[in-house]
Amino acid sequence: MIGCALIGAGASAVGVFSFLRKQALVGDAVAHALLPGVALAFMVSGEKSIWILFPGAFVAGWLGLLSIDFISRYSKIKSDTAIAIVLTIFFSIGIVLLTHIQQSDYGNQSGLSDFLFGKAAAMLPSDIALFVLVDLILLFLIVITYRYLKLYSFDPDFAKAIGLPVKGIQFILSSLTVLAVASGIQAVGVVLMAALIITPAAAARFFTGRLSHMISLAMLIGLISSLIGVYISSLAVSMPTGPWIVMVLSILAILAFIFAPGKGLLQRSRRRLKHQQKVRNENLLKLFYSLEEKNPERFYSRPKLLRSRRFQGKELEDLLQKLEKQNILQKEENRYGLTDEGREEAKRVVRLHRLWELYLNERMNIAPDHVHHDAEAIEHIITPELERELLKDLGYPKLDPHLSEIPGIKDMQR
Amino acid sequence: MNDFWIILEGILVAVSCGLLGVYLVLRKMAMVGDAISHAVLPGIVIAYLVAQSRSSFFTLLGAAMFGLLTTFMIEVFYKKARIQSDASIGITFTWLFAIGVILVSAFSGNVDLDQECVLYGDIAYVPFDTLFYGTTDLGPAPVWLQAINLIAILLLLKVGHRGFFITSFDPSFSSGLGIKTDVWHYVLMGAVSFTVVLSFNAVGAILVVAFLVVPPATAYLISKRVETMMAYTVLFGVLSAVIGFYLATWWNASISGSMAVAAGMLFVLVFAGKRLSVKQRKNPAISQLSTDS
Repeated sequence: MIGCALIGAGASAVGVFSFLRKQALVGDAVAHALLPGVALAFMVSGEKSIWILFPGAFVAGWLGLLSIDFISRYSKIKSDTAIAIVLTIFFSIGIVLLTHIQQSDYGNQSGLSDFLFGKAAAMLPSDIALFVLVDLILLFLIVITYRYLKLYSFDPDFAKAIGLPVKGIQFILSSLTVLAVASGIQAVGVVLMAALIITPAAAARFFTGRLSHMISLAMLIGLISSLIGVYISSLAVSMPTGPWIVMVLSILAILAFIFAPGKGLLQRSRRRLKHQQKVRNENLLKLFYSLEEKNPERFYSRPKLLRSRRFQGKELEDLLQKLEKQNILQKEENRYGLTDEGREEAKRVVRLHRLWELYLNERMNIAPDHVHHDAEAIEHIITPELERELLKDLGYPKLDPHLSEIPGIKDMQR
Repeated sequence: MNDFWIILEGILVAVSCGLLGVYLVLRKMAMVGDAISHAVLPGIVIAYLVAQSRSSFFTLLGAAMFGLLTTFMIEVFYKKARIQSDASIGITFTWLFAIGVILVSAFSGNVDLDQECVLYGDIAYVPFDTLFYGTTDLGPAPVWLQAINLIAILLLLKVGHRGFFITSFDPSFSSGLGIKTDVWHYVLMGAVSFTVVLSFNAVGAILVVAFLVVPPATAYLISKRVETMMAYTVLFGVLSAVIGFYLATWWNASISGSMAVAAGMLFVLVFAGKRLSVKQRKNPAISQLSTDS
């Protein structure tokens, strides 16, 4: 169980790097590519001790990685197709060898197929010792080469330009991937190994942008899901370990996608809704302001407001009632008008709109009849700091390009 | 006679997968094919549990639905959750596959399915599943199904050629023309899931991918037009099925595995040949020689 947890953590840590280099599926290919190595190692040695099969797996995984690189570099085949080619060819060679072994007289070949689907329960203490050792080596390697790996994952060209041994770093990263996959494969199986590499990293990405945090978080996620997965599968007799680990992992990841603060789906859509709300409010205020500019009246009936064609009937009704509650609008005999507070807010929005129009016209040389649309969008976003800069830059102007007055300039000058 | 049916089934699978695979490779979606082939597993199991039979109709339906669900989930992860595309593929198919394996083990008492069959397939048993009309032996049922599917694919490619072609090479141009890129995407994916499931029994999950990807990629190396690429794909598909079969009998190993290995060998040969010719062209001395003569 502890072995499983460590394997999960190790694979997750390595996965962060392959995730960042957008090579998440390479882990999947490596996992499949190990199979012929395992089968060949068994055929040559006739033993299924993990200490012999592991090097075989390692070499085969490495060959797989090299071939992916080779194919995508020296032909017009894209990397995703190269991954798929290597994955299937290596795996089918593995299958052929495996069926050959099964049909021939090799004696105790049973258990080799555990490699395919993963059977944590079938692992001997000595196997676990090896995996733990490998994972410790892995983590140790990551720690000592951390700075180089970090630089390389985010900006390989820069790393090359400042003279880092890019080939060496690549070598280390690939070895890490192969080691992690090879150590996990008996626990979760060929197909699901990809999940241990990809999913924790993807989930961790939602919470943090820092590499060190991302690694520790991914490891934690890998660790927890391995523990829970092992526990669940131990409840029933025939339950496989690997799929349950992946199941827990996926559910955790999906929860992260939805609920993560900042980048999660829920927060993002809430932010969007809030922004839409703000845009609608401000547009209504602008409408009142422009009506006031043209008319001496202070209050307007619904048909008059609707005539602007900016709002639908239902939408307008909701907005009017909400803004009245917020004391931005006031009501008089079924007609609505701005309160003093509302007028200040309306002035601010209109000012931003006209300032931006002026800025586009004067500084960007855009014709006055082309600036309105852009200003419509930006007026909801400009911050007070930006506003001050705009005012200073334009010299506290009085009129916008359409010769309308920019409201509230005097107050701002103070 | 049995050998004939096995080889025929292999050829049919290779050709139908290969033709669809041409578009997968061109759209840089090779790994989506891989994902679908794994992710249909829960569909098959659920269809089996619901219908209580291994009848091909229900399994096909269930699996095709999960195939479409897979593409849909990948899109959702990619567009809504903004996960990079390779990771969304990886998360989707591992999750669905895990669900499938859990279902298989949970109901292993009453499911006549096993993981190994799903992964390798058993093309060797194809000839025994014969179809009778009255008392006349019409040959194996899977071969018939696969043949019908191939005809359907040919029709689809014929009818939809323009749509597939334009949406593969220039999606933004095609949406500018008013062609529905999404629709073609899902039609292709639907056809892929259907074919994958149909070929599942014969060649297993991973080897379906071999047929989906390797012959088209081999053809891609040496062709510049979609039509030539398809022709080469068919050629390589047929060759790998035939060579693979004899490889398997000679070495006493999995037939479908050997077919995939044969496809791989063809790829390596073509790749090496292409490399050599490119090198020759780059070498001024040799190109001089060839222009002189």
